[in-house]
Amino acid sequence: MASPQVVVVGGGTGGTIVANLIARKHPGSNVTMISRDAGHLYQPGLLYVPFGWVGPEQLVRPQQSLLDRRVRFIQDTATAIDPARRMVRTGGGEMSADALVLATGARLVPDEVPGLSAAHHFYTPTAALRLRQALAEFRGGHIVVGVAGVPYKCPPAPLEFVLLLEWALRRRGLREKTKLTYVSPLPRAFPIESVADVIEPVMERRGIGLATFFNVEEVDPAKRVVRSLEGEELSYDLLMLIPPHRGTAPVVADGVADRGDWIHTDRETLQVGGYEGIYALGDATDIPVSKSGSAAHFEAHVLAERIAGGPLSNGSDPRYTGKVMCFLESGDHQATVLSFDYNHPPHPAAPNFTAFAMKRLFNRAYWHLVPPGRV
Amino acid sequence: MAVELQDTKVDRTIDARGSYCPGPLMELIRAIRESRIGETIEVLSSDSGSKRDIPKWCEKAGQQFLGIIDETGFARLVVRKGR
Repeated sequence: MASPQVVVVGGGTGGTIVANLIARKHPGSNVTMISRDAGHLYQPGLLYVPFGWVGPEQLVRPQQSLLDRRVRFIQDTATAIDPARRMVRTGGGEMSADALVLATGARLVPDEVPGLSAAHHFYTPTAALRLRQALAEFRGGHIVVGVAGVPYKCPPAPLEFVLLLEWALRRRGLREKTKLTYVSPLPRAFPIESVADVIEPVMERRGIGLATFFNVEEVDPAKRVVRSLEGEELSYDLLMLIPPHRGTAPVVADGVADRGDWIHTDRETLQVGGYEGIYALGDATDIPVSKSGSAAHFEAHVLAERIAGGPLSNGSDPRYTGKVMCFLESGDHQATVLSFDYNHPPHPAAPNFTAFAMKRLFNRAYWHLVPPGRV
Repeated sequence: MAVELQDTKVDRTIDARGSYCPGPLMELIRAIRESRIGETIEVLSSDSGSKRDIPKWCEKAGQQFLGIIDETGFARLVVRKGR
C-alpha cells in the first residue's frame, strides 16, 4: 500500500498520541485528525480549579500545536461513522480510511438524574469555575461529595476532591464548621478493594464520613436533599456529584455500541466490534478498565504499533494488557500511585510526599511528554 | 433450595462475566431500576466479590436475594425486585 490513509477522530490524549506516533514512525502514511475542539484540554488539571490553584486557561493548548507537522488537522464534528466502509462523515463531507481510530471520548449526562443539574461538579471548565465560586462563598455546613453514576472518568478524582477539600477547609479555618460526607454507589470508597483499603483509613482519620451503597436517585435542590435508590436521604449545604457519563455512540452505526453508548472494543486488540481496520481507545470504549488519560495513553502506544502492523507493514501482534498508572492525591502534600493491569490489581503505598511531587511534576511535564508520544 | 432456585422463572438475565468488579453489581442496579416490582433478575458473574457484594446490597436496598447457583467458572445470582 503506497500511502495508507489513517483517520483519527478525537483530539484527546489517546487520539493525539496515536496520530503523532504514526506520522512520526511512518512518514509514508497520511494521517488526518478530526476534532470538534480547537483546544486540547488537560482534564486532570480541572481538579485544582475549584480551589483556585490553577485557572482553566492554563489547562488548554491549541490542538494543532501538539500535533506532528505531518498530521493534517481538521476542526469539525463527526456526525456519523460507517464501520463497514471505514468512513466518517463530518459537516465538511465524507472521508474513508485504511485505518480508522475512534477516540471520541465520553459525554456528561446530568439530566439522567432528576435535579442533578443543580449540583456542582468540576468535569468541565465552566462547572469547575462555578464550584470555585461556591467554595469561595462557603462559610460552613454539610458538604456531600460523590458520584451520581458509574462508569465515570478518572475514578480517583472525586475521592481526591474530598481529600483536597478537607485540606483546603483546614487551611481556611473552616474545617471545624464543616461536615464532609463521601457517598459511594459501592460497598467501599473506591471500586478497587486494595485502593479502598489504603484510602478509607485516611478518610476516617481526617473525619470524612463515608456513606456506602448510596446510588443517587434524585436531588431535590429546593429542600437541599439527595436521595438514594436504597431509600436513604442526605441533606446538604453544598453538593458535588460527578454526573453520569455516556459514550459518544450517536456518531457510530447501530450495533457498534452498548446501552451506555460505549463502543464495543476488543480489550486487547482495541478493534471495534470485529470490523477490520477500525479501532477505538480511551473513554469511548466499553473496555473494563478505568476511563482515564492513563488508560488512553497506554492504549495509544499499542494501537500505533498495531496499525503499523496492519495497513502499514507486516509486524508483530502488540496487545493492550489493561495497563493503567495514575496518581491519587490526598492533600497535605501527599499522594499515592495506582499501577495495575487486567491481571494485577494495584497495591498502592500509603500516601507520601514522593508520589505527590511526581504528580505535580507530571502535571507540568504532560505537554512535553505525553501528546508527542515520548513516554 | 437449589432445586427451587433452578426452577425459578427468570425475567431478565444479565451476563456480566468478565466485567471488572464492581461491574456485575452496577449492572444489577441498572436492571433493578428498569424492572417492575416482583420481576426476577439473574446476574452471571465470574467475579468472586459479587457473591459477597450483591447479597449485601440487596439487603440494604430492600431487594429480595433468592440465592446463588454455582456453574463452572461463574455463578448465577438471582434477585427479585422488592421495592
